[in-house]
Amino acid sequence: MLSVIVDIIVYIFLIIGIFFNLLAGLGLLRFPDVYTRLHAGTKCTTFGSIFLCGSVIILGLKMWYLGNTDGSVLVIHTAGALIAILITNPTGAHAIARAAHRSGVKPYGAVVDDLEGKPIRKSAREKKGVGK
Amino acid sequence: MIEIEPIYLTILGLLLLSIVLCAIRIFIGPTAPDRVVGLDTINTLVIVGMVVFGFAKNSIIYIDVAIVYALLSYISTLFIAKYLEGGDF
Repeated sequence: MLSVIVDIIVYIFLIIGIFFNLLAGLGLLRFPDVYTRLHAGTKCTTFGSIFLCGSVIILGLKMWYLGNTDGSVLVIHTAGALIAILITNPTGAHAIARAAHRSGVKPYGAVVDDLEGKPIRKSAREKKGVGK
Repeated sequence: MIEIEPIYLTILGLLLLSIVLCAIRIFIGPTAPDRVVGLDTINTLVIVGMVVFGFAKNSIIYIDVAIVYALLSYISTLFIAKYLEGGDF
């Protein structure tokens, strides 16, 4: 009985995860500019990765519960990979968006750019007062 | 009882389809940040694909490789972004 419930939860997790990962590829093709593509490419893959790795963690916990000690290694290492994704993915997306804005890419259909002309971050040389 | 290997290999095939879509964006992307976004998405999908493949084939070494790949791809993304941004380091 418990095994059946766990399998149904795993199927639901797999469907949600693969749906959002496919949506990431589709959105990357269909959206009009860099910033909207960044929405599709980063958020969808993060959400889908949570569910795909979550299904692996649940099946590993089931293996561990049934007495197979490989399950413990599987659970801990998959959790490590998931934490690495969760920390690095939004940070990298933020860096790409800032680099795109500072290298002069405009949002699609934008009339007013509120951040135009404002220095987002002073360089290290300007902070020290050296140079200009 | 769930059949682990065929289901997870199917999932891996669908992940490869998504990777192909991102690769098309890398080839046709009009600006450089578009290509970086495609590369970042491909990196995340490869990490998940490694976890799924390691679980399907019951070899945990793939999951360890996925952790290292996540950290190295993060460093490479940050470095490319810093290069696009310009200015001094």
